[in-house]
Amino acid sequence: MPRRTMIEAIRDAMDVSMGRDDKVVVFGEDVGFFGGVFRCTQGLQSKYGKSRCFDAPINESGIVGSAIGMAAYGLKPCVEIQFADYMYPAYDQLTQEAARLRYRSNGDFTCPIVVRMPTGGGIFGGQTHSQSPEALFTHVSGLKTVVPSNPHDAKGLLIAAIEDPDPVIFLEPKRLYNGPFDGHHDRPVTPWSKHELGEVADGHYTVPLGKAAIRRAGSAITVLAYGTMVYVAQAAVEETGIDAEIIDLRTLLPLDLDTIVASVKKTGRCVIVHEATLTSGFGAELSALVQENCFYHLEAPVARVAGWDTPYPHAQEWDYFPGPARVGRALLETMGA
Amino acid sequence: MADAGMLRFHVPEPEVRPGGTPDFSNVPIPKAGSVPRPEIDVDPRTIRDHAFSIIRVLNRTGEAVGPWAGLLSSDELLAGLRHMMTLRTFDARMQMAQRQGKTSFYMQHLGEEAVACAFRKALEPGDMNFPTYRQAGLLIADGYPMVTMMNQIYSNEADPLKGRQLPVMYSSKEHGFFSISGNLATQYIQAVGWAMASAISNDSRIAAAWIGDGSTAESDFHSALVFASTYKAPVVLNVVNNQWAISTFQGIARGGSGTFAARGLGFGIPSLRVDGNDYLAVHAVAKWAAERARSNLGPTLVEYVTYRTGAHSSSDDPSAYRPKTESDAWPLGDPIVRLKNHLIALGVWSDERHAQAEAEILDTVIAAQKEAESHGTLHAGGKPSTRDMFEGLYAEMPPHLRRQRQQAGV
Repeated sequence: MPRRTMIEAIRDAMDVSMGRDDKVVVFGEDVGFFGGVFRCTQGLQSKYGKSRCFDAPINESGIVGSAIGMAAYGLKPCVEIQFADYMYPAYDQLTQEAARLRYRSNGDFTCPIVVRMPTGGGIFGGQTHSQSPEALFTHVSGLKTVVPSNPHDAKGLLIAAIEDPDPVIFLEPKRLYNGPFDGHHDRPVTPWSKHELGEVADGHYTVPLGKAAIRRAGSAITVLAYGTMVYVAQAAVEETGIDAEIIDLRTLLPLDLDTIVASVKKTGRCVIVHEATLTSGFGAELSALVQENCFYHLEAPVARVAGWDTPYPHAQEWDYFPGPARVGRALLETMGA
Repeated sequence: MADAGMLRFHVPEPEVRPGGTPDFSNVPIPKAGSVPRPEIDVDPRTIRDHAFSIIRVLNRTGEAVGPWAGLLSSDELLAGLRHMMTLRTFDARMQMAQRQGKTSFYMQHLGEEAVACAFRKALEPGDMNFPTYRQAGLLIADGYPMVTMMNQIYSNEADPLKGRQLPVMYSSKEHGFFSISGNLATQYIQAVGWAMASAISNDSRIAAAWIGDGSTAESDFHSALVFASTYKAPVVLNVVNNQWAISTFQGIARGGSGTFAARGLGFGIPSLRVDGNDYLAVHAVAKWAAERARSNLGPTLVEYVTYRTGAHSSSDDPSAYRPKTESDAWPLGDPIVRLKNHLIALGVWSDERHAQAEAEILDTVIAAQKEAESHGTLHAGGKPSTRDMFEGLYAEMPPHLRRQRQQAGV
């Protein structure tokens, strides 16, 4: 099976979707001729023409707002916001328009759009190229929020998102584009070409939205993670030697609660890891759900490891980033060690 | 260089406030028939004056004059008159229903009936409007059932939107009427996107965007003009300048710009101002803009100069911020009276027939109202179910919503 980087897998997902359905259009800042600053749309304009893949003005509310109109017309736009940090001008269009169009019109109009955006830090991007705003989307009724952690899933989830009849926010952990970064920033990253989840089948396949994946089976403790934190958790588990079960959520909304609850009931302990800031982060929702559904099985308080509640700093990137050492400490504390 | 002293902060003010004498002498009104009608493929740079003048067809004596006249037959004009009269009667009944507690909220069109009623007749079936809350004339003029509108206003058991939306936030794809959000300006860029999609699909349908004078200040207005001009989208960009954004006079959004239409000039978009209370002028300009869009000539910006005679909404009291008699002083008159006088001048209408039509329309509206009320009003009779609240958010209900619906006991 061919191995691809996450960038190539994402590009392949759009290529496959555009080839199968001429209603799929792709646009955003720098995505046309150049192929995107991360090169995720490289070659799509020359293959499908300027009507199907084109450059947009630097205007995120315009990109999302026009995509909503296109979806109402009957197209299936898959647009790129260059960095998740740039999505705020589009937030009104996403939350009050895309998310509610089906509901408020009782299905008269629908909004099958995908909004892709690179998320997370670890690239010395500072405050405006590092944010993880997923909780700002999961808090909104009517949106679906997806965070892939590897090339295989990224392709299958993106095709599923494009084929989904409702708006999907597709957050791409940019630190994973070229390899499964585990938080050890001082070591080289294994390229996807040497990782089994870098195996990406040709052609069409989907990974269903709303289904988590168990990345490591274990019996001592459950780790809930998504995106880059899946590999950070794996590193922490290996370094502490704890027999943890690592769940890669893949889709935050709809959430695969059944997989989470079954695991925590088995292990009795739970650590939640995300890169986004702690307060009112998605970990708070996960913690509440675990408490509500697994209270009588819990043997320790649910722990959260997250970005500190500060803006994402530049020079202090690795003090901010919740790396394997912090996750490892939380695992040991929750184990009572 | 002269010493300018301290900096001074500037806040525009309307000419007159409550207690003052209404004065529109600063609003220049060109003579009907005086503004030229360019070819649709005109170089926008040669018609910059159109963004500062006012295209008018009906003169003071009710004659249709000048190059924009002559597009509509007497029968079409009689139908237009009936649409405007119907909208006005509909508004009066629904405003009263709101006061009677039959619904929470209502927004009327008093004084602005010509804009949407005439515009609708310049479109073709399949075209799509992205309206604000003050374009119900698009539905009335397209024959959308009044009972269905009232069911929506009452949020009753027959409400096509299942009680999920504020009154008057209609939606009808079939009638080319995009779901009204209730947010301001968001639909403007969506209309451009719809038009881009039509062009991408090599279709022949066009879009119409709608916005009020106040909301042109929103960034979505700028977004729409950028995208429309960049991609030459087949869209008519409508600005309804009714002088007032709730209590805020149009000068707060307009600032130092000459007109709202002039906003389009920097984008290279042909931009025209039209007498919004002149059914014939609105229709003629809309037709010109629609033809441009359909001929791959791109967007047109049209500013309709009108006056919001009524309150902003049922929650608003204009006497707190403008003279009560200001609407009487409005120099462009009343759209229904003006079309009525024109039809009388043409010899196809009379005061008697007008009075008779008013009575017939009132009967029709009351009959529709009775039928709608048989399905319930906001606080009495049939209403959408609690289950309807949970449904229709996603194509397929996700597990967490199913759990919440169970918790709610439905």
